[in-house]
Amino acid sequence: MGPFVPDIITDELNLIIGFLIGMAFGFVLEQAGFSSSKKLTGLFYGTDFTVLRVFFTAGVTAMSGVTLLSTLGMLDTKIIFIHPTFLYAALLGGVVMGLGFVIGGYCPGTAFCGAAIGKIDAIVFVLGGIFGVFLFGEAYPYLSDFYRSGAFGDLTVYSLLGMSAGQFGLIMIGIAVSAFIAVGQLERWINPHGPASSFPKVSHRMAAAAILLIGVILAMVPERTERFQRIATSETYQRQHPVKRMSADEIAFRILDKDPELQLIDIRPPEAFAQQSLPGAVNIRPSEFFSKQWDDILRSRKTKVLVADEETPATTAAALASLLGYQRVAVLEGGLSHFTKTILEAPSAEPNLENANQDERRFRLRAAPLLTKMISERNNLPPAKRPVKKVLGGCGI
Amino acid sequence: MNMNAKREPAPYMNPYQAGFLLGLILLMTIYITGRGLGASGAFKSVVVAGVAAVAPEHAAQGDFYQATATSHSPLKAWLVFEALGLTLGAFLSGVVSHRLTWQVEHPTHVRPRTRIIAALVGGTLFGFGAMLGRGCTSGAALSGLAVLSAGGILTMAAIFGAAYGSAWFFRRLWN
Repeated sequence: MGPFVPDIITDELNLIIGFLIGMAFGFVLEQAGFSSSKKLTGLFYGTDFTVLRVFFTAGVTAMSGVTLLSTLGMLDTKIIFIHPTFLYAALLGGVVMGLGFVIGGYCPGTAFCGAAIGKIDAIVFVLGGIFGVFLFGEAYPYLSDFYRSGAFGDLTVYSLLGMSAGQFGLIMIGIAVSAFIAVGQLERWINPHGPASSFPKVSHRMAAAAILLIGVILAMVPERTERFQRIATSETYQRQHPVKRMSADEIAFRILDKDPELQLIDIRPPEAFAQQSLPGAVNIRPSEFFSKQWDDILRSRKTKVLVADEETPATTAAALASLLGYQRVAVLEGGLSHFTKTILEAPSAEPNLENANQDERRFRLRAAPLLTKMISERNNLPPAKRPVKKVLGGCGI
Repeated sequence: MNMNAKREPAPYMNPYQAGFLLGLILLMTIYITGRGLGASGAFKSVVVAGVAAVAPEHAAQGDFYQATATSHSPLKAWLVFEALGLTLGAFLSGVVSHRLTWQVEHPTHVRPRTRIIAALVGGTLFGFGAMLGRGCTSGAALSGLAVLSAGGILTMAAIFGAAYGSAWFFRRLWN
């Protein structure tokens, strides 16, 4: 599952990858004509809509790909860098950049392209850009409060609008295709010799139909998390894929035995986990099974016993884990409530029991104080919550 | 110095085709590295490295210069390598399409000096704005659009909105 940074690809190798990606990026930008300020600013005067076409096509292609890979479980969108939202700085920064674009005729990436093929104005733009960053650095002490105001974190538009990524993707594709049609008409009218005059109509219509179709598919396929959770909760699936149940006595014995093959996974909310949890348990919510965050534990060769207050939520979580390809998953029979009742609160009075059950009872009576002590010692521990190892990115601070 | 005086520059690529390729490159970048493309971040690395070299005491005081200061040189950053690659890639494209020429690109009625001053002013504004917006057309707008970031799409709308809104006032620079 992607991305491969920071786990698989090292920092050094990543720099080489960055260089190679940059080469491809620069080559295509130059081929598209982004090394010419006349062509770039044609967008703002209606003579040449190349920028809009390239930009929107690239955005829609990448967006569809990201949504698709995430639906197929090949890309962990919890880890990738999402440009953070700081409302006011995003707006004012955009306005200042827009002015810079019209006056200077380039943006930073395209200025590198122009400079590379000998455009002196582009080289000057790059020097101006460096100077502008320096000015910002000097002004930063006065700007830092504004720079950080209106913070919304990793906010995505689709979550803001309460839809799935695919549904918003379809809207974006619709906007892009409409914009392509509109600017084609406009360009032919303002500048009969513009790029639109040479477009092969049939292939363009087919491409538009294809991307719209992809958009419809993206919008119709439910998100992966939702899809898997629905299957995992279905009775039919659970009946066909029975989960191994481990008895409270066996768990208690293996805890006291310090069995290295046992991994308890507490799926309850963090608050409940912080209050009381079994010795050696880690707190992983079922929704976190989708992320790479806990991969090392979920993929380990140990027997992973899922624990909740009752058995049913643990069984659903175990079904989800097996759907996601995690093996050697079991659940605590009867849940924590049963464990507490039978082991921790084992009745000390000895009713008349058959011999076979006497052993069990003796074990429970011996285990109860030891386990209670181990559990109460855990309560003084700070919650061991693992921070999401996110990829660093972006151009700001 | 006319390096390709003999041959006509090749026509530009179909914009949709170029956009599709660019989108695939961006997708590959996100898939492999988990981050998007960028350009203005390279400006920042140069400034941080420059200030640290010229006035280390001043750099030690400012939050802006410290936020990215790490144990190694600020020039050993992903975006610096990407920007170097970008420049080389564009150069190679210029070679194969016969577009290498030293020139100040300016409309016929605009003096080269005016164009140079406008490029300097525009570049300064863009550099300043890109730091404020935490990324430029590549880092905030395009990469933000790919992952449907609200801030990235907002910045994109602001860039193009402001550019259209002010285009009329600067029309003499271009038409």
